[in-house]
Amino acid sequence: MYLYLSIEDWLRSLKDQFYLNFIDDDRYMYIVKGLGVTLEVTFFAVLLGIALGILVAIIRSTYDKIGKEALDDWKNYSRGNKSLRNIWKGFLTWSLWFWDQICRLYLTVIRGTPVVIQLMIAYFIIFASSNNKVLIAILAFGINSGAYVAEIVRSGIMSIDNGQFEAGRSLGFNYIQTMAYIIIPQAFKNILPALANEFIVLIKETSVSGYVGLQDMTKGGDIIRSRTYSAFMPLIAVAAIYLIIVMFFSKLVTMLERRLRNSER
Amino acid sequence: MNDNVLIRVNDLKKHYNNGAIKALDGISTTISKGEVVVVIGPSGSGKSTFLRSLNLLEKPTGGTIEFEGQDITSSKTDINKLRMKMGMVFQHFNLFPHLSILENMTIAPRKLLKMSKADAEAEAKRLLDKVALGDRANAYPSQLSGGQKQRIAIVRALCMKPDVLLFDEPTSALDPEMVGEVLDVMKDLARDGMTMVVVTHEMGFAKEVGTRVIFMDGGQIIEEGTPDEIFDNPSNERLRTFLAKVL
Ligand SMILES: Nc1ncnc2c1ncn2[C@@H]1O[C@H](COP(=O)(O)OP(=O)(O)OP(=O)(O)O)[C@@H](O)[C@H]1O
Ligand SMILES: [Mg+2]
Repeated sequence: MYLYLSIEDWLRSLKDQFYLNFIDDDRYMYIVKGLGVTLEVTFFAVLLGIALGILVAIIRSTYDKIGKEALDDWKNYSRGNKSLRNIWKGFLTWSLWFWDQICRLYLTVIRGTPVVIQLMIAYFIIFASSNNKVLIAILAFGINSGAYVAEIVRSGIMSIDNGQFEAGRSLGFNYIQTMAYIIIPQAFKNILPALANEFIVLIKETSVSGYVGLQDMTKGGDIIRSRTYSAFMPLIAVAAIYLIIVMFFSKLVTMLERRLRNSER
Repeated sequence: MNDNVLIRVNDLKKHYNNGAIKALDGISTTISKGEVVVVIGPSGSGKSTFLRSLNLLEKPTGGTIEFEGQDITSSKTDINKLRMKMGMVFQHFNLFPHLSILENMTIAPRKLLKMSKADAEAEAKRLLDKVALGDRANAYPSQLSGGQKQRIAIVRALCMKPDVLLFDEPTSALDPEMVGEVLDVMKDLARDGMTMVVVTHEMGFAKEVGTRVIFMDGGQIIEEGTPDEIFDNPSNERLRTFLAKVL
C-alpha cells in the first residue's frame, strides 16, 4: 500500500515537474527554438568548415607536392634570370609559400586554443560592432571546424599513393586535372566517414554558444532551469536530444562506411 | 642529320643535395623511331631517373632533351602536351582504382584529346581485344591479376596514341608465371614498330627484341650497342661483372 502510494506520488511529481518545466508558460519553446538555432549554426558552420578545409588542404598539399621543389628550383637556378616568365614563376612560387605559411598559422592557432575562447574573441572583439549572434557563431564554429577538416582532407590527399599522381601526370593531365579526376575522388571516398564525424563533433561543440548569449538548445535548457529552479527535466531533455541526433548520424556514418567498403576496391 | 631521331639526349644531369648525389652524370644518346632500347644496370645506377627524365617526371638539373626536334627542358615547352605523346608504364601498374578498366583507358583521350565517349570506348575495346582482355572492360582494377593489370596499363598508355612508350621495370612486381604474358604484349608492340625504352632485368627480352642495349652504372652510360655486342662480347669490366651476376 505504502509502496503503491509512493510510486503514485513519484509519478505525480514527475508529471508536475514536466508541466512546470515544459508546458507552463510554453517553456518547451526554449528547447524547440534552441534546437533550431543549434541545427542552423551547425549546418552552416559545417558547410563553411568544409569549404575552408578543402581550400586549406589544397594549398598545403600543393605546396608539399610541388611548391617545395619549385621553390628550391627557383632559388638554385632561376633567381638571376630576369625574363618576364621567370619573374612570374617566382611570384607564383613565393605566393604559394606565403599562403602555405598563412594556412599553417591558421591551423596552429585554431587547433591550439579552445573553441569557446575563439567564439568569445569573435563576438566580443572581432565582431564587437555586430549583434548578429547566429552569424558570428556560424563564422566562429565554421572557421574552427575548417582547421580540422583541412587536416582530414590533407591526410586523405596524402594517403593516395604518389604513383596515382605520376600516372595521371604521365598521361598528360596537368596538376589540377590530376587532382580533380584522379586524386580527390579517391581521397574523398577515404575521408567521407571522418568528415561526417566532424559534423557530430561540431553539433556538440555548439553547446558553448551560451557564452556569447546565443540561445541554442543548451542555453534554452539552462534558461528553463533558471526559471523553474529544477535542473533535472530540462537538462536531461537537452542531453537526450543531442544523444538522439548524434546516434542518428553515427548510424548514418556506419551505413556510409559499409557502402564504401562494399563498392569496388 | 637523321630524320628518324625521336629523342636526343645531351649531357643529361640529375644531381641531388647540391651535387653530392649524381643520379645522372652526363648522359648522351639518341633514340630513333622504331627502336626498342633496353636499359640495364645495377640497382641505383640511375635507370629509373633516366627514364623518368625523358617525360620530365624528374626535372633534370643539367643538359638537354630534344623530343621530335623540340627542346623539352626549356621552360617554354608545354610539358603536358609532350607527355601525351610519351606513354609510361610503371612497375606497380598505377591503374586508377576508382575507375573501371574502360574508364581507366578512356579518361585521358576523352578529357585531353576531346574524343567522344563512343570513339574512345571503341578504341579502348579494340586494344583490350588485342591483349585478350576484351571481357574485362567493366571490371575494376582490384578484380584483376598483376599480369592483367600491367597489360591494361600498357593499353591505357596506348589509348593516347603515343609516339614512344617508356617502361620502368614493367615485370618486376609480377609473380613469375605472369611475366610472360606481359612480355608477349611488349613483343607484339615492338613488332608493330612502336618505339620503346625499357628498363628491365629480363635479359631474355633484351636479347630477343632489343634493337639496342644501354648499360648504365653510377649515373653514366658505360656501354651501349646491339644485344649481340653487349651480351656476347662484353669488353667493359663493369659490364662483365654485372652480366655475370644476372645471367
Ligand atoms: N629524391 C632523391 N634524393 C636523393 N637521391 C636520390 C633521389 N632519388 C634517387 N636518388 C638516387 O639516385 C640514384 C639513382 O636512382 P634510380 O632510382 O634512378 O636507380 P635505378 O637504376 O632505377 O635503381 P633500381 O634498379 O633499384 O630501380 C640512386 O643512388 C638513388 O639513391
Ligand atoms: Mg629503378
